[in-house]
Amino acid sequence: MRLERREHRPLVLVVLSPILAVVAALAIAGILIAAAGAPVLEAYGRILTGAFGTRLAATETLTRATPLMLTGLAAAVAFRARLWNIGAEGQFYLGAIMVAALGSSVLSSLPGPVLIPLLFAAGAIAGMALMLVPLWLRLRFSVDEVVTSLLLNFVAVLFVSMMIDGPLKDPLAFGWPQSMPVAEHTLLPKLIERSRLHIGLVVAIVAALLVYLLQARTVFGLQSRAAGLNPEGAVFAGVPLGRTLVKVTCLSGGLAGLAGAIEVMGVKSYVTTDLSPGYGYAGIIVAMLANLNPLGVIAAALFTATMFVGADGMSRAMGIPTYIADVTVALSLLTMLVAIFFTQYRIRR
Amino acid sequence: MTNETRVIPVLELSHISKRFGPIVANDDISISLRRGELLALLGENGAGKTTLMSILFGHYTPDEGTVRVDGVELPQGRPRAAIQAGVGMVHQHFSLAPNLTVLENVMTGTEPLWSLRSGTAAARRKLLAIAERFGLAVDPDARLGDLSVGEQQRVEILKALYNDARILILDEPTAVLTNIEAERLFSTLREMARQGLSLIFISHKLDEVMAAADRIVVLRGGEVAAERKASETNKAELAELMVGHRVTRPKREAATPGEIVFEASRLTVSSGGIERLKEIDFFLREGETLGIIGVSGNGQASLSQLMSGLAKPAAGEMRLFGEPVTALDVHDLVEAGIGRIPEDRHKQGAIGEMAIWENAVLERIRQPLFSRRGIVNRAAGQAFAATIIEEFDVRGGTPASRTRLLSGGNMQKLILGRNLYRRPRILIASQPTRGLDEGAVAAVHARILEARKQGTAVLLISEDLDEVIGLADRIQAIAKGRLSAPIAAEHADPRRLGLMMSGDWTSGDGVSGEGNSHAS
Ligand SMILES: Nc1ncnc2c1ncn2[C@@H]1O[C@H](COP(=O)(O)OP(=O)(O)OP(=O)(O)O)[C@@H](O)[C@H]1O
Ligand SMILES: [Mg+2]
Repeated sequence: MRLERREHRPLVLVVLSPILAVVAALAIAGILIAAAGAPVLEAYGRILTGAFGTRLAATETLTRATPLMLTGLAAAVAFRARLWNIGAEGQFYLGAIMVAALGSSVLSSLPGPVLIPLLFAAGAIAGMALMLVPLWLRLRFSVDEVVTSLLLNFVAVLFVSMMIDGPLKDPLAFGWPQSMPVAEHTLLPKLIERSRLHIGLVVAIVAALLVYLLQARTVFGLQSRAAGLNPEGAVFAGVPLGRTLVKVTCLSGGLAGLAGAIEVMGVKSYVTTDLSPGYGYAGIIVAMLANLNPLGVIAAALFTATMFVGADGMSRAMGIPTYIADVTVALSLLTMLVAIFFTQYRIRR
Repeated sequence: MTNETRVIPVLELSHISKRFGPIVANDDISISLRRGELLALLGENGAGKTTLMSILFGHYTPDEGTVRVDGVELPQGRPRAAIQAGVGMVHQHFSLAPNLTVLENVMTGTEPLWSLRSGTAAARRKLLAIAERFGLAVDPDARLGDLSVGEQQRVEILKALYNDARILILDEPTAVLTNIEAERLFSTLREMARQGLSLIFISHKLDEVMAAADRIVVLRGGEVAAERKASETNKAELAELMVGHRVTRPKREAATPGEIVFEASRLTVSSGGIERLKEIDFFLREGETLGIIGVSGNGQASLSQLMSGLAKPAAGEMRLFGEPVTALDVHDLVEAGIGRIPEDRHKQGAIGEMAIWENAVLERIRQPLFSRRGIVNRAAGQAFAATIIEEFDVRGGTPASRTRLLSGGNMQKLILGRNLYRRPRILIASQPTRGLDEGAVAAVHARILEARKQGTAVLLISEDLDEVIGLADRIQAIAKGRLSAPIAAEHADPRRLGLMMSGDWTSGDGVSGEGNSHAS
């Protein structure tokens, strides 16, 4: 038995593989659920009802999926061009703190329709700026951006905790380190009344569509793919390598920064150091689950959010540990990697 | 004869077939190899040579057929089993680690991972003994990355021998070698055959096939088209067998050159702190081909990089269409209608994982034909690629298929097509026929001659004497980064060019002057 590279990837397989991967992950997670002493099928049902069974649950799942879509896009865009942005978490926080600073400042006298896009832009720019540092180090000194972008996450989070315990600290928060809230009229309109679901979801889906079109139809998309696949060949064909990577960086960092901005303006209204339960890192998983396809990111983010929210419900209802959700998401990443592998290779006897 | 047939062949491929989707790469091929034999495998680009050798070595599983070594069937698709049975392979694109030493490279993959004691001393002894036995001198402690291409290939061969190969397969071993290195390689191969090893090599160069091989198998369209003893055939017949019809390289007709379109004076190019080109002078004229001949590694790469817009001169002057320029830049070159055929098609000429149409348009993607306001016009790109495929006879792919799947020669035709299709004013061609079959070489030469006839100024950088003599109107030799004065093609013969390439003129005497004044 051995592996052989597939030269033709049947479409059926490409579509089917993520689905099979998820099924396989659930099956393996079933073993854990059974070991925890709960009936497996019922537990699966509880995951679904936990995530979508009530209006509250469904809106909560979608609310969680929103930042995951954006950080997932951030990773997908960068990885396509072989730019390893592992720093979405830091870019998320920097975008968030930027919005908290500006949205609570004198600027907040501006009317909402002006201010909201402005804050989106500010958050995105903060994210971009943070990712430009590793890119510069890579282009100038050939420093591996995996390490630098990852380490900058810690720098960013420490910077945020300094700000929310210092200049941006909310004096009315009973001494808790949290930032001042953004002005009332910068909060994003709700999609559904009396829920946390806000129009950020629409923004994220539109962003995914735009990124898809950008990659599939534009000169920038073609050039960034060329730069990722064969830098030397790209340069020979006149692709401006540095400029292309700068654009990719801005797009990737910007999306992650936007995720932070939207989370503040849509859900919390202020920044704390637990604003993100690891959305930046989970975005990498989402992107891999989506096989770096921007449209796939929408589905992958929904799946990941479903698992996280649904497993909460399941564990409460059946008395089994919530970490089973984490395990399932992790398993689905592994099975997805295996599935991607088999869309590229086949087993021959 | 009866005696020979009773002997079990060392290697026997029987009824091998292999399909890739709709493409039949190998179709019921049977070949056998005897002890001490040197067999050449010939065939057009895409005939299925590499595929057949990959099956033999276990990289691919055949759809049908068997491989026998000493009469014992090899399990399919297991390189390790092939190695254990004594099959060694030297790939065209080497598979060694540049940051390890020669000895380390040879040893990797042979040492059991759990062994605590490293067998370095024993390995060194074995390596040196093999090197001695076959006259393959290398320094075991040299870093591989510091070696020349020819030396690296020697290490590949040593590695196969170190694994006790009795059957050695070499896929286009001479494509990247200089003539001298190639001669040395073949004397080594002959020596190995004399000592009882059996060898198969793939080549497109009929001269060396005729000179070195005992027996020649010709593949065409995935089938065995013919089998000949080297002593019973000739180059013309082989070329005809490969392509299916007579092949003659087109002849250059005398022409009157036009205006000077590019001129370089006292140009110096440095990289990595070393002067790669030293105060070179040359010019290109409309409707004329300037051939740069030289042994590889004498500055050709820098010259082609400079002219492709990838390197800047450190000193000297350049004039493009009469205007002084300080540096050439890829974008400007493409816009100005300057075609570029790079030396290395896999690294520079194409992006393997992208579609054929994407490679066809990538360098011109900003032009209104292929994109507007940053939006790519896919239909136009695909149509353009389809035209190239049609006109330049690129076989084995559609505009949407991945470029990597093209055989080497067909990839080169694609690159040639995207450059020549738009009638460039200047064409920079580096080793344009490296790795191409005779038929394809003739086709490429015809295209270059046609472009010249229509007024293109051609700069041809090549190591192939016949090619330069056949195509160029004026010839300059490159040696140690310096360019000789040009001579007219009429005055060129292999012996004289050989002298020029040796760089004798760099010390003064010889071929100065003439040819510059020539304008027949
Ligand atoms: N992995 C693959 N998938 C699909 N098609 C392939 C694959 N490998 C080779 N082919 C096709 O099979 C045919 C034979 O290819 P092969 O590489 O064996 O040719 P070759 O004789 O070595 O040519 P060249 O002289 O140009 O190296 C070509 O049409 C090629 O496009
Ligand atoms: Mg080949």
